[in-house]
Amino acid sequence: MLWEVDVWQKDRGDDHASRSFAAAAAAIDPADWSAARTARGWLIEGELSRDDIVRLAEGVLIDPVSQTYAIRSMDDPQESPFPGLTTAVHVLPRPGVTDPAAETARQAFTLLGLTPQAVRSLSTVWAPAVDATRAEQLAWRVLASDAIHEVVVGRLQLDSIAGGRNWSFSQESISLEGLDDAGLAQLSRDRCLALTPAELVAVRNHFRSLGRDPWEIELETIAQTWSEHCCHKTLTSGVDHTGPHGPVHYDNLLKETVFAATQTIRGHLGAADWCVSVFRDNSGVVRFDGDHDICVKVETHNHPSAIEPYGGAATGLGGVIRDVLGTGRAAKPIANLDVFCVGPPDTPAAELPPGVIEPKRLLSGVVAGVRDYGNRMGIPTIAGAVAFEPGYLGNPLVFCGTVGIMPRHSAETEPQPGDLVVVAGGRTGRDGIHGATFSSIELSSDSETESGGSVQIGHAINEKTLTDFVLEAAKQRLFSAITDCGAGGLSSAVGEMGAKLGAEVDLDQVPLKYDGLSATEVWISEAQERMVLAVPPACWEKLAAIAAEEQVEAIAIGRFTGNGSLVLKWEGKTAGELDCRFLHDGRPENTLIGRWETPATAPLVVHCPDDGSDNALAKPMVDLLALPDVASKEGIIRQYDHEVQGCSVLKPLTGRGDGPADGTVVRGVLGRDRGVVLGVGLRHRLGRVAPYQMAAGGIVEAVANVVATGADPSRIALLDNFCWGDTRSEEGLGSLVEACRACQDVAIALSAPFVSGKDSLNNVFAWKNEAGEPQELSIPPTLLATALGQVENVNNVLSPAIRGAGSRLYLLGLTRADLVGSQAELLGLTEGGEVPQVDTDVIRQTFAAIHAAAKAGLLRACHDLSDGGLITAAAEMAIAGGVGCRIRLADVPCDLGSAAGLTGLSRDVVLATAESPARFLCEVSEEHAVAFESVVAGIPHACCGETCELDPRVGKPTVTMMGVDGGQRAAVPLAAAAAAWRSLDCG
Amino acid sequence: MLSPRALILRAPGTNCDHETAFAFERAGAISRRVHIQALAERPALLDEYQIFCIPGGFSYGDDIASGRILALQLRTFLSDALERFRDRGGLILGICNGFQVLLQTSLLLHEPTIGPQATLAANTSGRFIDRWVHLETRPSRCVFLDGLGKLELPVAHAEGRFRSRSPETLTALEASGQLVLRYGLNPDGSSGNPNGSEADVAGVCDETGRVLGLMPHPERFLDALQHPALAGSTEARGRNGVGLALFTNAVRAVS
Repeated sequence: MLWEVDVWQKDRGDDHASRSFAAAAAAIDPADWSAARTARGWLIEGELSRDDIVRLAEGVLIDPVSQTYAIRSMDDPQESPFPGLTTAVHVLPRPGVTDPAAETARQAFTLLGLTPQAVRSLSTVWAPAVDATRAEQLAWRVLASDAIHEVVVGRLQLDSIAGGRNWSFSQESISLEGLDDAGLAQLSRDRCLALTPAELVAVRNHFRSLGRDPWEIELETIAQTWSEHCCHKTLTSGVDHTGPHGPVHYDNLLKETVFAATQTIRGHLGAADWCVSVFRDNSGVVRFDGDHDICVKVETHNHPSAIEPYGGAATGLGGVIRDVLGTGRAAKPIANLDVFCVGPPDTPAAELPPGVIEPKRLLSGVVAGVRDYGNRMGIPTIAGAVAFEPGYLGNPLVFCGTVGIMPRHSAETEPQPGDLVVVAGGRTGRDGIHGATFSSIELSSDSETESGGSVQIGHAINEKTLTDFVLEAAKQRLFSAITDCGAGGLSSAVGEMGAKLGAEVDLDQVPLKYDGLSATEVWISEAQERMVLAVPPACWEKLAAIAAEEQVEAIAIGRFTGNGSLVLKWEGKTAGELDCRFLHDGRPENTLIGRWETPATAPLVVHCPDDGSDNALAKPMVDLLALPDVASKEGIIRQYDHEVQGCSVLKPLTGRGDGPADGTVVRGVLGRDRGVVLGVGLRHRLGRVAPYQMAAGGIVEAVANVVATGADPSRIALLDNFCWGDTRSEEGLGSLVEACRACQDVAIALSAPFVSGKDSLNNVFAWKNEAGEPQELSIPPTLLATALGQVENVNNVLSPAIRGAGSRLYLLGLTRADLVGSQAELLGLTEGGEVPQVDTDVIRQTFAAIHAAAKAGLLRACHDLSDGGLITAAAEMAIAGGVGCRIRLADVPCDLGSAAGLTGLSRDVVLATAESPARFLCEVSEEHAVAFESVVAGIPHACCGETCELDPRVGKPTVTMMGVDGGQRAAVPLAAAAAAWRSLDCG
Repeated sequence: MLSPRALILRAPGTNCDHETAFAFERAGAISRRVHIQALAERPALLDEYQIFCIPGGFSYGDDIASGRILALQLRTFLSDALERFRDRGGLILGICNGFQVLLQTSLLLHEPTIGPQATLAANTSGRFIDRWVHLETRPSRCVFLDGLGKLELPVAHAEGRFRSRSPETLTALEASGQLVLRYGLNPDGSSGNPNGSEADVAGVCDETGRVLGLMPHPERFLDALQHPALAGSTEARGRNGVGLALFTNAVRAVS
């Protein structure tokens, strides 16, 4: 029997879903949808009577105080519970798509002694009578996503929801013989392998030496292992590059720039080296306190999020959490971060390329994904950023990061010969096939229909129980190595773990969500929430007991052999056999060509009308504060639990006025005072014109954020996330080389080693316009830099919140006329000028001085100058503290170069809005002024303002700017500044 | 004298168990985190404890409704044991998800013939919200809130809107002094109610005063520097947060 139970709110006022549906529908379809109602449905299949279903509904599915329900069998008519609402629009997860609510319901039903064969959840909107086609179209626009849902309008009529079919073992040989490059390329495309003809030739030669053709499962294993996602083949290529500093050759770009910087720094540190495990495990590990190390990783999940924002972001976060869990002998996740780069929120629908999700819907989807996954995992989401730029319309970027903590001496692990291969966590299904290779292929307007299988929905509670299980097993030292099942699924996880030893795997032993997966599908499925452990046979029994206690499925599916061969079996028969050396070292190396020329800059022009009033900078200030990049992301931040685990100290919104923190701080261990500081930096607006300075500026910003929070500048670990457009052109690759060079230079200069990283290339969106001409939209070259800092004592962290009136405001660092890529430029206040340059010598000294002043207790508040420059920094400090301030632009330390001749209001605009890197605005009490000045002597600095209770002329606290000519240029009431800063509708 | 013992219940998806256990320890108790499966198999474990706490989280994912499955398990396996626990002077505390669970059991605002007298529905915003709120305690026999007066704590939930079965129920609960914790006003005089709760209810106790459910998280305010206005200032150094008092009250009451 197949039953449907529909549950709805008794009170229309409680039906939130109907309100958001009505609002979204009204924006698209002119009909009146305001009366619509929603119901949550459950399809329950099994040998169950109507009375059984009543018991399930009343015992599990409804809230007796606020909800009511109806039951129908599939033979009953579909009656509307709402008078006048006759059109039913049902949205169901597609068969095979993870349905956490249904899984929970099924589990709960067993508590009542009833065990249905299958359960599926659905949601229904009841609307006024409307044409079915129109209703369906609307459903696809506002309710459903083609990648994961089905939509049914009218009566729901299904025979069965129990899926699965039988699969019997068969071997498919794939001949690569007789194919030229074009033929090989075609084969790669047809099978979604993302292998180049040269790589396929290497595969062909290898199998010729064995005297046979590869089997499908072997070819797939090679494709996963050699994917851009898994082995970063572009970044690790040889490159002949010609840049502004002349020609240079790299045998391995990443190794000789980013990795090399870390090696150099570790060499300088010698015995004081605090790196533990870098660029080898799933995350980078550094020393923390006497008995702990910390680790950090940031991943991108761009392609899946572009197609299904909610599922893409959630599984992105789920994946990076598992990276931390799968580091060393397992680390406990203690903080998450997320950064999104999307199109401008007000992009008109007509300007969107076909198949692209509008930026607002996309942003709210990815936020909801991170929220629902991160909050359920009980990991505070404490840091992040959102950047808006038209280049991200087709390829939004979704970065998710996690910090973990682990006991010392548990970072270095190796599986041992004879260890069992154990897969733990979620079951394997057909979901997420080809994620690793799909992420290496360009998105197009058809991607949504082509790549459904690679998009998934997360099941956070499975990952939470998996985490509880792994951490307990780690405590008891029951496994010798662990890794997560991410891109490439078991093929990558087991393949990497057994890269030296080899392994034998019984694929038929892998627990499945439903029957019918082929051996290849089992092997490469990227089904979520799974980890692979290497377990000594002697520990197996104990490990299995912990799994049972934590309600986690853990199954031994094979063993690490030590013979260097990866053998795949199905019911005892050999399904595939690969030489580990060929698999991991057999990929042909290639040398690419890169080229970068620095574009010429134009002289700086300022467009700010001087209306003759004493308030000419008021509108620019308010407009800057309201720009999407600058404005408060409170609408997003508050949806994340940033306080769970009880260790959060400095939170993303800080001070009485909920201003923006630069970095955020959590204690490493409950009850201990040493803290972890997280900060990010992103200078994507420079990406297209100056990739070197984009990367350098981003790194400096990330470090400045944590230093402004009190982090010790000699203990900062960095992460790189390269997101690029086309890297197949010489110029595209050249911009990537320039960014790598910047990473190397800045890391060494600041003695801040990179410890891990990730790249996502080919973020190019392709479509055809109405005339049928091919179009392309590429993201700007984007490096996200993440800084992981440490504070000795969380009682001494710094925040940007002004503490009181009567303090001095000092500006540290030199202001230049470097407005290219600035928010002022975006607002049209300026045009041209210089590209912001990073002067690492001065910057290193500035960071050291800030830290020295902080340690000496000389800073009441401190804020890093970033988007919008001094004027927004001053306003943000005032908003955070609820205290006004006055800035004297005439006193700002500056070197305006060729713009030195600017006077009056134009000069004021430059000084107030330039985004020159590594500058800090510091609140210093009168009594500490002398001591502070001696600490910062030698670094460009000046007292250029003060904090004040009220502006006597306005009668309220204000953010006041005094111009270079001595007169007032702006006195914006604090409340008005705060309102502008809070005006962005996001999340 | 022996320290009181606190049992911190956990289930798949519980995620505030460590810091809640830590809070009770800071307050002088000995805390143990116990899995629902272990307790369901051996309800007599409760005899070793004086305090039973269901901490925050998303038990079983809260996919059907908050706290639904864990409450079903408590009703199925532990109803009698928990009532006995309360009747012999034990204290029961439900924080956030724990409050959502308690309201679906016989331990809090429950009429034997009718069932639950109130529920925690979706926030008016329809969204999860993490923010600090101003709270006021009402004079009551609730042992946890003794002497707390006005205080600030963070909330972090998607379903925290207190909603009673009927206006009469609400009046009766008010009259019996069970609506013990209320959202207060913000400093600017605006309502500080973050979720649309009836009568600004943030927490309720049972008739004995020994069972308390509340949405705010006292375990997240053990140190002054956890307050967003105080982190980064010198005022916070070395001071306790107000949330700790709730746990010390409980420990004192059973010592």
